[in-house]
This record gives sequence, structure tokens and C-alpha cells, in this order.
Amino acid sequence: MTDFSRRDFLKLSAATAGALALQGTGTFQDREVRAAPNYWWQDDTATKYSYCDMCYWHCGVKAEVADGKVAKIYGDENDPLSQGNLCPRGQAGVKQVYNPDRLKQPLISTGKRGEGKYRKASWSEALDYAAEKLSGVSENWNGAESIAWLNHCTSGSWFSHIAAAWGSPNTGSPSHSLCLGAREIASQLTFGLPVGEHMPVDWENTEFITLIGNHIGENSHNTLMKDFMGALDGGASLTVVDPRFSTAASKADYWLPIKPGTDTALLLSWINLLIRENRYDRNYVQKYAKGFEELKKRVKEYTPEWAAEVTDLEQSKIEEVGREMARYRPHAVVPPNRKASWYGNDTQRLRALFILNALLGNYGREGGFYFSAAPWVQDYSYPSMKLDNTGGGCSGGGGALGEDTLPEDVRERADKKGEKFLYGSLAEPELIDAIANEDPYPVKGLVVAGNNIFHSAPKKERTKKALRNLDFYMAVDILPQEHVMWADVILPESTYLERYNDLFTAHHKSTPFISFKEPAVEPMYNTKPGWWIAKELGERLGLGEYFPFEDFEEYLNDRLKPLGVSVEEMKEKGTIKQPQLSQPFIEDFESQGKKPPFGTPSGKIELSSDRLKDNGFDPVPSYDEPEEPPEGYYRLLYGRSPVHSFSRTQDNPWLSEVDPENAVWINSDQAEKMGLEDEQYVVLENQDGKRSKPIKVKKTERIRGDCVYMVHGFGHDTPKMERQDEKGASDIELQSDYELDPISGSAGMSVNFVRVAKKGGSS
Amino acid sequence: MANYGLAVDLEKCVGCKACVVACKAENEVPEGVFRLTTHELEQGSFPDLDTELRHDQCRHCENAPCISVCPTKASYRDEDGFVRIDFSKCIGCKACMVACPYDARFINPEGGYADKCTYCIHRVKEGKDPACVNTCPTDARIFGDLDDPSSKIRREISNNRVTLPQEEAGTNPKFFYLNKKLNEVKA
Repeated sequence: MTDFSRRDFLKLSAATAGALALQGTGTFQDREVRAAPNYWWQDDTATKYSYCDMCYWHCGVKAEVADGKVAKIYGDENDPLSQGNLCPRGQAGVKQVYNPDRLKQPLISTGKRGEGKYRKASWSEALDYAAEKLSGVSENWNGAESIAWLNHCTSGSWFSHIAAAWGSPNTGSPSHSLCLGAREIASQLTFGLPVGEHMPVDWENTEFITLIGNHIGENSHNTLMKDFMGALDGGASLTVVDPRFSTAASKADYWLPIKPGTDTALLLSWINLLIRENRYDRNYVQKYAKGFEELKKRVKEYTPEWAAEVTDLEQSKIEEVGREMARYRPHAVVPPNRKASWYGNDTQRLRALFILNALLGNYGREGGFYFSAAPWVQDYSYPSMKLDNTGGGCSGGGGALGEDTLPEDVRERADKKGEKFLYGSLAEPELIDAIANEDPYPVKGLVVAGNNIFHSAPKKERTKKALRNLDFYMAVDILPQEHVMWADVILPESTYLERYNDLFTAHHKSTPFISFKEPAVEPMYNTKPGWWIAKELGERLGLGEYFPFEDFEEYLNDRLKPLGVSVEEMKEKGTIKQPQLSQPFIEDFESQGKKPPFGTPSGKIELSSDRLKDNGFDPVPSYDEPEEPPEGYYRLLYGRSPVHSFSRTQDNPWLSEVDPENAVWINSDQAEKMGLEDEQYVVLENQDGKRSKPIKVKKTERIRGDCVYMVHGFGHDTPKMERQDEKGASDIELQSDYELDPISGSAGMSVNFVRVAKKGGSS
Repeated sequence: MANYGLAVDLEKCVGCKACVVACKAENEVPEGVFRLTTHELEQGSFPDLDTELRHDQCRHCENAPCISVCPTKASYRDEDGFVRIDFSKCIGCKACMVACPYDARFINPEGGYADKCTYCIHRVKEGKDPACVNTCPTDARIFGDLDDPSSKIRREISNNRVTLPQEEAGTNPKFFYLNKKLNEVKA
């Protein structure tokens, strides 16, 4: 037995079992046949530190390696985001490595774009070819600006690094314009501070929480779930505003089933109530805020009585919650949600939310928001680059409200920032529009790394048109997703457990920390780390000086040196915490004779924004009524499954098993009216006649009758990935319309309406 | 000698299913079967609603019908009170599956034997929590010695929030739901 490896043994016993099964059950007491498995934890294991890349939260993890394979991932107890726990997606990182559907070697297209015909290529051939094509696009059109770089997650910033070095301002990730850009812009306009990736809410000390369309639990960010439940366990009261009885709503003291699209009305009415009944924090507002009189004047008309009519909520409930909020202030908080782009007025909606928080006197106070302290880590010492690397991160870049400072010989961004919208990093749908219509100038090359543009951006037909209009299109990914199988060159990336990556810096409860990633195992197949792919490509594009490091340990050691640690030490520690460089609360600043660090032009919280006014926008939020669904249609709302990240995990063997397909939530009465059974498959059709794939009905009391809901990320067209192919429906297929937020450039996609077009059988 | 039990605080559970996947990973549970599952129950009608997030797994009952019904003594109770299966003695007859009121057992498709939650006995023997408890982001799962008066589980089940699902089955499960509203208890 000792000559066999464990896997060989398992194979053997499985084969024997199969053979015996054919002979009947007579030999079932044969010990060989029934041998208990040799579990991974019975082998010797080695622990490797990393941070999770199954989503962008990046919890610190410990990967247990047995028999040369990652067997189990545990949360790292020393990591402030993980605290020893992981969400289901984090647990399933193992199966990202051992998913047989992975891209296995570089591929070069042999057919038309979208046809999915490829031949295998070596890395050097594929990289030479890609570099030649990209250089050709640059020469034939308008230089580096003719090439766009769309990315997402940890490897993505290496490709915007190329864009910055080469001189293309057309780079970014979906996380800004399709997710939280509006909240970042709104927070910066109001407080002069971004919210950032990890929301600085002082959950520990808050006593009254109001969530608006914020699906904690269904949105399974480890620390957020932990802190949220910690607050409730500590006795905090919870109000949930949502057209759907979400998991969070099931924990709430007040559920306000609001009419979708009317959230700003509710927020303005609470502001009205706090001011009219003199329940706001007068001292705080006088001392730290500006523009109160303009706000007061504006919200005068937005009474709870008016809001009750608009939002379809009871006036008494609106008033009761507003008064409770005031009673607990400043230990009352209205945290913004992540997926902020809903209706196109999103910056103003979130301005209203932040202003409400300001009236509760909670920013920089216990139980509200703390001033977050990012850790200091030195940048790698690159030669000066043509542009700043703005492609990474979700907060719209450090200077999100600033002008882009492009050199004279670089064209303005093709997404028409400045014309279509005012602030923020790249607006992905507007870039796709530019590619599709060659307006304002031709963008003829595209590199997409880890961003499924067929599932992230609305107007899928336009995305297809854009891809057809390119001279060259390359994709870097782990799986053969839809958008990958349209590329001229496909480069297979190693999963996060097989590679080094850059340091990850974040804060939690005002503890800044730095996490480290090293390969837990050798890469499977002929895959390579993102940094390596970018370096090799960059060198071939004549940008070698911007990738001066020989290997990644050298790069990491360069960044770690000023911190007095080395790669070798990080391999032992995984995560290191830094002393706090700034204080969490206003009183900490004032006790040292300093002003609180509100980074607005006035240095105060701007209830009324001169920046907006100077740019022709309303300095104080007002209410715009959303378009009503046409007769017989329902507003399409969408959200998350706790076991999936966007559209990228539906093929993960463990996650697809737990949540294999989505369902459309339809209010029971409406379902009755349409004669629909629970679990029956239907085809949805939107206002433009766009149809979904068949999707199961979830007939439920847990949603209003004027909208339907589905989880995002399903409904794939990936014949090469059976687990996810044709499972459920994609909301993107039904989002042929969106409303552009003229301030943040975000795409509000909850403006689509659907009806049941076809009824099928039950599952 | 300890007397281990597990409680799930359903008020603290946010339904993320990290426990389900952690169990799958820890115990190399084959595709198509689970040692631990969760599901959501909807109660009431719009807008007066409640949901309960139920968790199901082997309850390591004191009075375990799976043990008494097993013809080969493959199912047994060990010295720490865990209900266990000696896979080498199991003939896959499924009597235990029929006897279990909690539907906690299944036939392992790779080995042909009956299989179920072990409370991660291999971890517990090293002084660690089961994998499902270890990963839970909201500390909704509590594991410990029911006979130890200082244990957290003992404290938690001593309050008035406990429900024993299908108590009428009479198996004395060592698995508890804490499902009264947190506020109600605190008030």
C-alpha cells in the first residue's frame, strides 16, 4: 500500500468498486471495496498564506496543501478582514484551481470573431502576435489611445499599468461605473472623503442601522456580515428599506417595502422631519457643515406625508423610523450600499443619504463613520510613466473629483468624461459606446482581463457591435467565459493560489494592514500569473523599462523594504498590521488642536455643494420621479447570491452545486393572476422585446407586486462550461436600456421592465 | 469524555452557506451529496413576513435510531458521544437512512457506504471546532461540551431561545436551534 499515492489508491478502489457493482451486491463486505477514504487531513500538510481573490474583499487565507494540491482553505485568524472565517466563495477557491474547464494554454483565433475557433499556441508565439497586433493598432490609428484596457480584480492593475506606461487613458474596471462609483463621488462631494472598498462604519458602537437596498448576507462579504451581525447581537435596532423582503429584512425591526425608484423621496422626507422637528444635531451641523439653509429650504416640500404617497409606505412608519434614528444619534447610521448605480440619479440619491448621516452628526463620531486609515506602503520605484495608473481599485482613483491631467499629446478619454458626465474614472458602458460607434475617435484595440463584459455592461448588442468593430481583441482569464471566446488571442491566467501578486493594503476598524500572496502550488496547465503576462507583453511593446524587476520576489522586496520586512518574513506572517497613522474620530483630532479631515474645498461637510453648482448641477438633492412600468410590465430588480461573485463563479463545482441556477421572484398574487406555478419555467421579455433564457419562478410573498427580482450572473452561453451553460437567466439580456448618471458616469440599470412572455413546464 | 453538541443561532445566521461549502471541502464530500444543508422557510404574507434559515445535518442523537437499526453495527456511538459510521462494516443497506428522522444520511456515491456529518471529529480531537463552525462569519454556529457548565453552548442552550426541531421524534438530538428573536430575549 505504501507504494501507492493516495490518489492512485482512490482510483483503484473506485475502479474495483465499479467492477464489483456490475457483478451484483454479493461481495459488498469485501474490505477492499468498501475502504474508507484517506482524507486529505490524514496526510502531511503545509500551510501557505495568501489573500482570497474569489471576490474583491480579499480576506487573508491559509491554504492547506496536501499531496501537492490545495485541499482546504481556512481564514487567517490574524487577518483583520478574515478573522479566521471565510464566506462560501472563499471556501471554494480550491475548486477554482481544480476546475477542469479552465483555460489551459494560449490560443489564437482561426475563425471570425465570435465564432470560437482556435488553435493552440506557445506563450512566446501568442505574446509576439499580440504585441505585433497592438503595435499595429497604435500605428494605424491614433497611438496608444486607440487601445483600451478593461480589467477587474487583482491582476487587472498590471494591464492598466501598461496603459499608463504607453499613454492610453482608456482603462478602468467595471467596479466604478457599474457598481459603486456614484457612492464614491457622492461621499467625496459631501465629506471630501471616499467610502473606499471597506466601508468605515463603526458597527461596534452603532445602535440604529438603516439599510437601503443593501443586501448584507445575500451579499456575503465576510467582515461586513460579521460586523453587521455583531451590531445586531449587541442590541442595535435595524430598519431595512427594500421592495423585497431580503435576508437582512428578515432580521429587521422595521421593514419598509418601498416602491422601487423612490428612495430619494424617503431620504429627503427624513431630512425634512429631522429639520422640521428640530431633531438633527444642531451643534454638529453648525460646527462642521455648510449649506444648511439651502438644504432646509429645498426639503421643505418633502414632507413625510408627501413621501408616503410617493414611496407607497405608511406615513407613520416613515415618521417613527426618522424619530428613532434621531433618538439614537450619533449612534445611528445609514450605510451606503455597494451596488450604487440604480436609476441614473444615483449621485444625488447618495448625496441625500450622506446628508442624512451628517444631520445625525455621525461622521467622525462613535457609532457612525470613522476616518479610515489606509496603510502606507511604498510604490515600486518605476521610472516616471506617461499617465497615472487609474485602472485599479473601485474608488474612482485618488483624484476622482479632479480634472484628468493628461499630457498635451494624449487624447481625452474616449468615454467622453466632461461631456457625458462630470466625474470619476472610466465609464465602461460609455467606452463600449465609443468603440461601437467610433465616437469621439476610433478605439480599435481592446485587452480585457478578468472582466466579463457580456455580463457586466448593459446593452449587450452594443457590446457585440463594439467587439466586431475592433482590429484586435485579446482576453486574459481563467475560464473560457463568453467574452473570452470572442478574442483573437486568449491568454490563460493562473488562479490566485498558483501565483504571487501585489501586496494588498486595507483597513478594518481603523487598523491598517498589508496582506501578502505567494503561490500555494505550482500553476496547473500552461498558465501564467497576470504580472508575468503583462511584463512579457510590455517588454514586447517596448515598455520594458516599466517592468524592471526580474522576478516577483524582487518586486515585493522593493516595496517591503521600507517596512523592514522581506518576502521570506511575509511567507511566515501572511498579514502585517501597521500602527494607526491617523485617528478615527473628530474628538481625536480636536484634542490635538487639529481640524477633522473633511477634504472638501470648504473643509466642511457640504450639505450644499458649490462644486456641483459650478458645474451646472443641483447643489442640493431633489426628487426626480422614475419612469413607471408600462401596463403589464414589472420593474426588473437584481442582486446577489451569497455563493457567487458576479458572473465568474457559476462554473465552480462546489458553488454551482450549492446554487446552480437563479429564479425570478414574482409576488404570489401577481403569479396567481398570470397562472404561474412555483418552479415553473418562464421566458421574460423586456420593454424592447429582448428575451431571457428560461428561468424558474419563485412565487413568493417576499416581494412587492410592481417589480420582479433575480440574482445576477446566471444565464451563461458557454458550451465549454457545462455546469453554468444555459442555467437560469441573465439580467443583462434584459437590460437593453440604462440611465447614465450625469455626475458619476454610472449606468443605472433598474430602469428596465419585463413581462412573462412564455410559460414552460416545471423543473 | 465529553458530550459534544452543536447549536445554530438562526437569528445570527445570514444564510451565506459558508458552512455548507466548508463542510464539503473539509470532508471531501462527493458531488451530488451534502453532509450539511441549509434552506429558507417563508412565513406569513406580504408585508407581515418572517423567514427562518434552517440547517440540517446529523444531530448525533442520544437515542439514535440509526445505531439500533444497523444490522452490521457499522453505526455506533464512540466514547465522546459522536454517532459514527465504520465504513468498512457498512453494507449500504440504507436502514439507517430510513430510520433517521432528520434525513441526515446518504449513500456516498464514491464508496457505496452510508455517510453523514461527523461533527468533524478529526478536528475536535485536535481541540478545534468543526469546519462549519470555524468558517461561520457571524458566529451563528456554536460547538462544545454540553456537560461543561462553562461552555458557550451550555450557556446558549440554557436560555429560553432553544428549539429542538422535530423533538417528537424522541431521539434526544444534540443539535439545537436558537431561534427566538434576539430582541425578544433581551427585552
